[in-house]
Amino acid sequence: MSFRDIAHIAGTAMTAQSLRLNTVASNLANAQTAAGREEDTYHARKPVFATLFKGGFDDQVAGASVQVLDVVQSTEPLRRVHEPDNPVANEEGMVFYPNVNTVAEMTDMMEASRAFETNVEVLGRVKSMQQSLLRMGES
Amino acid sequence: MSINFDKALGLHADALRLRAERTKVLASNIANESTPGYQARDIDFASSLQSALADDGGLALDTGAPDMQYRVPNLARSDGNTVELGVEQAAFSQNASDFQTSLTFINMKLKGLARVIEGQ
Repeated sequence: MSFRDIAHIAGTAMTAQSLRLNTVASNLANAQTAAGREEDTYHARKPVFATLFKGGFDDQVAGASVQVLDVVQSTEPLRRVHEPDNPVANEEGMVFYPNVNTVAEMTDMMEASRAFETNVEVLGRVKSMQQSLLRMGES
Repeated sequence: MSINFDKALGLHADALRLRAERTKVLASNIANESTPGYQARDIDFASSLQSALADDGGLALDTGAPDMQYRVPNLARSDGNTVELGVEQAAFSQNASDFQTSLTFINMKLKGLARVIEGQ
């Protein structure tokens, strides 16, 4: 029956979106974490989503669930600031700040939470459809 | 003369099965709203129901796979994803209402049959 598949599809989408919220939270939390060396500096993280088709035999339609392939680090250039008073500054008095774009992270966060809520609504609606199907023939 | 439930329920049983399948397709579209390169799909309900009925008058369990089509987006996105959340949500909501309608028709038929059986 397709209702079980729908619960799985919405579940994978919710997992993917909450992982996206997780990366947004880490990025925003570490946006001001300075480091003395480029390789020690926090780099913004981004999840990579992919579609996973499942089923599609016995006259059924293939459902498309969401899979998180990987979490990649941003390759954008770091912010290099001259702060000789900073205890982590290198010999030249420079520190590196993460390449986190705060505005982009905020919009990403809003999109992720809205997508999560949409999937919750899908689950609720499918649940009521399934319940009315179970009551078929009653009353 | 016996009562044939399949004949009594008519096309509503097939319609209900198609609506359930379409719910899965639309839920897949909503789930993959932020997956790069995902192309939104939908079931052509009218032609799927036609082919299901054409098999043998709408009584078949084996009605063949539904007609799948790709959705044409109103706006192109740079990541190749063709899901438009508003369109999908509207289609999902409409499909859920149509599911309830088919179910109501079946319930009415079953109620009528029960009345005939009880001889009221």
